[in-house]
Amino acid sequence: MPAMIEVFALVGVFTVPLLWAALAFLLGPGRGAWLAISGSIVQLFLALILARNVLADGPASHATGGWGAPLGIDLYADGLTAAMLLLTQVVALPIFVYARSYFATGSPAARHFWPLAGFLVAGMNALYLANDIFNLYVTLEIVGLAAVALIAAGGAATQVAAALRYLFAALLGSGAYLLGVALIYGTYGSVSIATLTPLIDATAPRAVSIAALLMFAGLMLKSALFPFHFWLPAAHGDAPAPVSALLSALVVKAAIYLCLRLWLGPFAPLVQVGAWVPGLLGAGAILWGSAMAIRTPRLKLLVAYSTVAQLGYLFLAFPLLTPGAAVLGAVTLQAIAHGLAKAAMFAAAGIIIHSTGRDTVAEVAGVAERLPLTLFAFALAGVSLMGLPPSGGFLAKWLLLDAALNSGHWAIVAVIIAGGLLAAVYVFRVVRLAFLNLPKELVEDQKHAGRPVPRTLEWMAFGLAAASVLLGLFSFQLLQLIAVGNLP
Amino acid sequence: MSANEFLPLAVIASSLLPGLIIFVLPERYLALRTTLNLLGATAKIVFIAILLAGVQAGESYGFRHAIAPGIELVFKADALSLLFITLSAVLWLLTTFYAIGYLENAPHRSRFFGFFSLCVTATMGIAMAGNLFTFFVFYELLTLSTFPLVAHRGTSDAKRGATVYLAYTLIGGACLLTGIVWMNSLAANSEFVHGGFAAAIGSGNETALRIIFVLLIIGVGVKAALVPLHGWLPKAMVAPAPVSALLHAVAVVKAGAFGVVRIVDEVYGAEFAQSLGLLLPLAIVAAVTILWGSLRALAQDELKKRLAYSTVSQVSYIVLGIAMFGPLGTIGGLVHLVHQGVMKITLFFCAGNYAETLGIHKISEMDGVGRRMPATTAAFSIGALGMMGAPLTAGAISKAWLVDGASAAGMEWAIWVLTASSLLNAAYFLPILWRAWFRPPTGSWPEELIARRKWHETAWLLLLPPLITGVLTVALGLFPDAAISPLTWARFIADAEYLTLPK
Repeated sequence: MPAMIEVFALVGVFTVPLLWAALAFLLGPGRGAWLAISGSIVQLFLALILARNVLADGPASHATGGWGAPLGIDLYADGLTAAMLLLTQVVALPIFVYARSYFATGSPAARHFWPLAGFLVAGMNALYLANDIFNLYVTLEIVGLAAVALIAAGGAATQVAAALRYLFAALLGSGAYLLGVALIYGTYGSVSIATLTPLIDATAPRAVSIAALLMFAGLMLKSALFPFHFWLPAAHGDAPAPVSALLSALVVKAAIYLCLRLWLGPFAPLVQVGAWVPGLLGAGAILWGSAMAIRTPRLKLLVAYSTVAQLGYLFLAFPLLTPGAAVLGAVTLQAIAHGLAKAAMFAAAGIIIHSTGRDTVAEVAGVAERLPLTLFAFALAGVSLMGLPPSGGFLAKWLLLDAALNSGHWAIVAVIIAGGLLAAVYVFRVVRLAFLNLPKELVEDQKHAGRPVPRTLEWMAFGLAAASVLLGLFSFQLLQLIAVGNLP
Repeated sequence: MSANEFLPLAVIASSLLPGLIIFVLPERYLALRTTLNLLGATAKIVFIAILLAGVQAGESYGFRHAIAPGIELVFKADALSLLFITLSAVLWLLTTFYAIGYLENAPHRSRFFGFFSLCVTATMGIAMAGNLFTFFVFYELLTLSTFPLVAHRGTSDAKRGATVYLAYTLIGGACLLTGIVWMNSLAANSEFVHGGFAAAIGSGNETALRIIFVLLIIGVGVKAALVPLHGWLPKAMVAPAPVSALLHAVAVVKAGAFGVVRIVDEVYGAEFAQSLGLLLPLAIVAAVTILWGSLRALAQDELKKRLAYSTVSQVSYIVLGIAMFGPLGTIGGLVHLVHQGVMKITLFFCAGNYAETLGIHKISEMDGVGRRMPATTAAFSIGALGMMGAPLTAGAISKAWLVDGASAAGMEWAIWVLTASSLLNAAYFLPILWRAWFRPPTGSWPEELIARRKWHETAWLLLLPPLITGVLTVALGLFPDAAISPLTWARFIADAEYLTLPK
């Protein structure tokens, strides 16, 4: 019975992580790694089933408990949902394997990692499946709180400070969003996206426009769009490496996904005129984020600023997002390629920092000799971030350029090209150090000083990086999948 | 998968797979690494031989893979791609031998050979690319895989050279990408075809097509080292000799020149490009490059730098030939693509031998080296004479066709450019030969690394490759009309491009 399996996949993909998160909590501090890993394998399997079904039969939905909207909670998965679910599981699984080895060396952050990571993944998966703006709020809040807790769990002063700053930004963002939801509910008496979409048109009352404005502003704050990115570099740069990878690769994508849903769904008739705003901010993000990544002396901060820049591409494409165009595929592909590449890059950076004990770019020169695979992973991930072929980042960039040229958006073309070159500057800033010859004594010194690195860490970073590159050669079905559903 | 689909992939895989395996091999697995390298290089030549026979018999080979809706990776092994592939594959085999000898006991050999194989793979992809998208994919792959080779030595000079190389090629790549995507948005299908596809979208788009042409030529012009985009090439000479020999004399610069051929003949079509008024400016850029490269070569004392500027000049012979409107110039350009590769790799092999055997890096240190290393110097002399276009060498053949092409196209000034360049070539090569053969040795060499034993002037693996390419230079000059010569093949290609080839 395919329908049964589909329901099973829809419900399972967010209840399984809830289950292992709860079990890990019961097991006690620092335990539950194997639970998380096996749970993630199940989730990946469910996400694959769902993707296959959506690709074959169109969007899937399920009314939980038999109560449909407007009373009950609808789960809904179209191509975009299925693709984001796939990304989440594909990144989470290797990062959990990585985290197991990483935390085995003893870190205070390990104490609470597994339950929190479970809630984080459950929240994201539920967010992608939610089909009403209130449940989207609830899941967004779960994701935000779990993320804050993961950063703070390390207990270091910088981590707590970064987590607090992130908490304020996240609460402000979701607060604005919730206000918007209230206004919408007050106007239409419904929060279901399916109900609202036909109701809202260009003649909607002013309260709806204000609601849209509040919701988008809140989401942009949560997705760290320039100039609301102030909380991101510290939060992603100071967290333990597996946490940084999850945050940069996945968590920010959840808020952006929500932006896309609302932009193309219920608010589509209102927002077209304002499309240049996210476009302009996206351009600012690309230039500013890259410039900061080029300047910072810290390795993880470089990777974090690169996230600010890369998220800019997603917003830069908003002026191109017209119903019926293939741009959604390009944007989603960029989100997926960045997710894989950034997880790989944070994983690699984590290995380097673990080995040298210092978080500086200059330190890379010494470790290339000992950790060639890690450096290779870093470089491969960089290829995707620079948008050079063959990589997922390149394919996304190609599709975006194509869309921009077809609609005559020359400024966007210029920003995309410039962004690629700037990314090359900060990526090669790191990579070229790997080739430097060091004095013999220094190499010997570091060989003894450097901490040993478990092989698992290196292979997980490499696997993620290789996936981001191979995505550039095998995206046919993925792009077909993203196109499935009520979105263009 | 049919054999006609399999062969182009096999040509790519025969360097890609060994490369990937070599990356993970520990440094000490010398024998396995060498076997893999040679196995790959030999297998590639076998595959290419089958392709050559097939294409001559009228078979068509190709493979396509859809990456995304509307975007395809297309490979095709046509006559033009085979010209470039055969050159690269044969020279790759020789360079592999050379590199094994050259890098004996050097550190990071796994890394070196891994990236080296990736470079060759990228070159194969460029040669067999069937559309602009595929071309770009491998063009950038070539940039990425050459970077580690330029930086290989790990000195601060190497780091600087590699950074300059990247800056030039990545910016060029950005121009190329813009041009290609723009072209794709105008033409629904950007597959290379004889006579080009741009003419079909010509009306109303003339200005856009002119700008795209400039963007594309800037993109490929960086690798072809067209002036003023040539600045990276002399700096990249910090790379180890096998890299300079194969990549900076053959693969990389030829990838650029080959791109010019594809763009002029199979994207725009020579006739349409001529009607847009694009060929004359291109010819002028090529002419300026020819003269400027030669002039700068005169002033270099470092041997590899002089050779590098000579490459800058010589590669533009190809561009000049393509930019001449008419089949004769095209034949001249194509045949020079092969001939220049064979001659220049000889020179770089020899330069590497001087440096590895006696520590000679500068021309002023070469006094009397002909007596110490007669075989190497003989090969060097043949290469140098070929560059000047001396009779009985490959260089004479290409120059004759280029001159004929220029007069057929009514571009008498180009003949003057070619003559002036020959004189300049003589002016910077003959003094080297004179020093090497006729000046007495100064007494001691800068650093004698390989001692002389009877007939043994240097290591065999270093000596044989330049001797083979030296002999090849003469053979190509003596038997230009042989059934499998580059000239015959170039005429075969031009036949298809210009349907009215004079017999």
